[in-house]
Amino acid sequence: MTAAPQAREGVGQGSERGTLALNGVTRRFGEFTAVDNVSVEVAPGELLALVGASGSGKTTTLRVAAGYEIPDSGTVTLGGKDITRVAPERRGFGMVFQHYALFPHMPVEQNVAFGLEARGVNKVDRLIKARAALASVGLEGAGDRAIQSLSGGEQQRVALARALVIEPQALLLDEPLSNLDPTLRQAMRDDLRAMLRRVGVPALFVTHDQEDAFAIADRIALLKRGKLLQSGTPEELYHAPISREVAAFIGRGSIIPAEDKGATAAVSIGGMKRDLNVTRPKGSASHFDNAFVVMRPDALELSRQPGVLAWRGRVVNRRFAGGVVVYRVELADGVIVDVESIAADAHEDDNVSISPLKGPFPLVPG
Amino acid sequence: MTSQQRQNWLIAVPVIALLLWSVIYPNAAVIAGSFENGLGHWREFLASPADREALRTSIVISVASVFASLAIGVPLAFLLGRFEFPGRRLLRAVATLPAALPPLVGVIAFLFLYGESGVVTRAIQRTFGMAEAPWRLQGVGAIVFVHAYTMYVYVFLFVSAGLERFDATLDEAASGLGANTWQRLRRVTLPLLMPAIAASMLLVFMNALGSFSAPYVFGGGLRVLSTQILASKTNGAMGLAYVETTVLALSAVAGLGLFRWLDRKRKYTLASKGGRARRTIRSRRIQRLTSIFAAIIVVALVLPHLMVVLVSFARDGSWTTQVLPPEYTLENYRRLFSESELWRPIYNSVSMALIATAANLVVCFVAAYLIVFRQFAGRGLLELLVALPWAIPATAIALGLAATFNRNDLATGRILLVGTFWILPLAYFIRDTPLVASAVESSLRQMDASLEDAARGLGASWLMTMRRVILPAARPGLVAGGLLAAVTAVGEFVASVVLYTHSNRPISMEILAQLRALAFGTAAAYSVLLILLVLLMTLAARSFEERLA
Repeated sequence: MTAAPQAREGVGQGSERGTLALNGVTRRFGEFTAVDNVSVEVAPGELLALVGASGSGKTTTLRVAAGYEIPDSGTVTLGGKDITRVAPERRGFGMVFQHYALFPHMPVEQNVAFGLEARGVNKVDRLIKARAALASVGLEGAGDRAIQSLSGGEQQRVALARALVIEPQALLLDEPLSNLDPTLRQAMRDDLRAMLRRVGVPALFVTHDQEDAFAIADRIALLKRGKLLQSGTPEELYHAPISREVAAFIGRGSIIPAEDKGATAAVSIGGMKRDLNVTRPKGSASHFDNAFVVMRPDALELSRQPGVLAWRGRVVNRRFAGGVVVYRVELADGVIVDVESIAADAHEDDNVSISPLKGPFPLVPG
Repeated sequence: MTSQQRQNWLIAVPVIALLLWSVIYPNAAVIAGSFENGLGHWREFLASPADREALRTSIVISVASVFASLAIGVPLAFLLGRFEFPGRRLLRAVATLPAALPPLVGVIAFLFLYGESGVVTRAIQRTFGMAEAPWRLQGVGAIVFVHAYTMYVYVFLFVSAGLERFDATLDEAASGLGANTWQRLRRVTLPLLMPAIAASMLLVFMNALGSFSAPYVFGGGLRVLSTQILASKTNGAMGLAYVETTVLALSAVAGLGLFRWLDRKRKYTLASKGGRARRTIRSRRIQRLTSIFAAIIVVALVLPHLMVVLVSFARDGSWTTQVLPPEYTLENYRRLFSESELWRPIYNSVSMALIATAANLVVCFVAAYLIVFRQFAGRGLLELLVALPWAIPATAIALGLAATFNRNDLATGRILLVGTFWILPLAYFIRDTPLVASAVESSLRQMDASLEDAARGLGASWLMTMRRVILPAARPGLVAGGLLAAVTAVGEFVASVVLYTHSNRPISMEILAQLRALAFGTAAAYSVLLILLVLLMTLAARSFEERLA
């Protein structure tokens, strides 16, 4: 992929790479507000994951970026230029659909070359470029194959090659890994991240799976019911969630009421009170009347011996997870926590004691 | 042999034997009959200019009907499937109306409207003060005109269904890759609809090739194979009729093979979770033009039906040179129900259709069950047998029956049916077998095959499994297929015209007789009755289905 394909017309084609931004985008379907005042920015070479449960508006947000939906308010810009009302065929974006949307009546090569054909690139050039694109996704020599003969992973690569060959101004991917089986999925995460970084354009992808997002994205934007809850690096969302909702969605862990004391918070379970080091969300109020700490399984310790300052509890479930064992422990007052431990000698119905490690623990408002 | 296999054969053998006897045997008899004096009849056929012309005309009409149907059906399917405009729902509601007209009734309606003394023809003639009718509803053009009106519905329905199943993300993917509307249509939408279009083309081709009523009524001096067969039979030239029948059947099979071959490369199916939303036409001017266009089509589609209703109230013999019938009366209807000679065809048609449909339901259910759920050596043969009558034009089926069941001869498996009441129900049964079988098959295919095993595993007997699991799964297909069979049989004309006798004459033959006697009002009253019967059966099937669902 050397010279830029002959552009018919359109925004961004041939111009230098710019940041893709959604500014206060709202999209309603009748009474239902699918996307509610969402703003996100993706710089060239950056990978942003739109994460949320189904119905959170993440796909609609992506479709607004692609031009398949026109927002009721707000704008979409590329390199500062307003493209809100530019038709999808004029945007020059590469999109990978959830079910890939490969044309079933065309062999692999014609699928990949389709975007070049639409741009009036001659047959020889588009074939050369299609082959190069296929090679870049590890599918050399697959050009003559029928779409129906491809495995899920191969289809995904063809869809990616088809999006890449037009030298897109931005890449948009809708649940790119959701149709792959678990083993393939692990491998594709790494491949996908490597390939997207190599292209060097803004890449926006939608996923409901936070592990996909953690593995691939530079930054994550978490959506719920059409609203943007928080955006930041995976580490920020994990270690410094700004709300109880974010903490509940990102990572595992129990969210337990606490008394906010500034740099620490007091947690009392069954009359046993412990002060924990906490991190507060950036720019939040200095005191939460209604505060919670997030106890991740890796921030707690399990012991079979009763400890003086430990919470007592009973193992209700035990799950071997490779290097560690994850215990689900019921403490007093009906509080349930998950604990990761390298000790494997506790079993269901055993009495154990749980104590917090050093922390800090995320503190969120209720 | 396991007990399962024994059971398979126990059920399959009677069904296969019945179909071999009623479908294969008569057609084999026709082919054998064409060679009864060596190649003599074939030489006669080849030497006859009339027969050569008939073959050529049949094929020309069929091909022209295919393209005329495409020209109407494809744009209409796109207009209704992709766009929203005032009047869309009305147009959608009447778009399939022509299919509800029994074949002969459609032809008659066109005669009343566009025939030499038809309403539209006369109105134009009077308006412009012409000395003669502006056109004659005769020859290839007239036949293709009627065919296009009744058969475009196949194209429309197939393409509409294709558009509904069309994966909207493919269209979006194409536009995201930079393809404009025209490029998307040419490279993505139309190629993906090709299977649906090809299937509907085949359907129109087969129907047009076997069509009898339009060439019979509008042909004038024109010869086509189907009418030629009847002419030869009437003249007692049975040997020649056998050759003509064989040629007609071979043309149909050749057409079937050709379309299969054209469609051979396809490996994909359209399957998606949701089509594209219809787009509202934004431009006011185009919206108005579309609505006017839609209104014109609606009128053109409804006019034949209205015309038949209007003429059914015309006093017989009163309508001569006027644009519209001058005198109206209820007499035509009163006579249908009060005079036993006029009531006879109605009784005949309904009872023969019910008998044929009942037989179809039983035989096709068993056949479809065996085809879908059982593995046995004769399965391929059974599949072929239930599908075969579809590929054989009705005239050919009828002639086969006439040639075979004309005497009692148990040694050769012949019984005398020609001239009896039973020959027509048998013909209807054969014609409708493919329809009913494929409807039931598709219902059963939607059922998870493991349900049967699950029921047996829970201790249900074979009979209970049938009654509680298989039959309910087959029900939608049985209702839809049974309805189609009954509707087709009650208005059947093509096989009837070859096989009827005075005592078992169906409504279609009586319509033709009344038309010949210039009793237009009575002919139209029969037609309206036929339409009402079709409507009644459709409503009955629907309410039956709703009550059970």
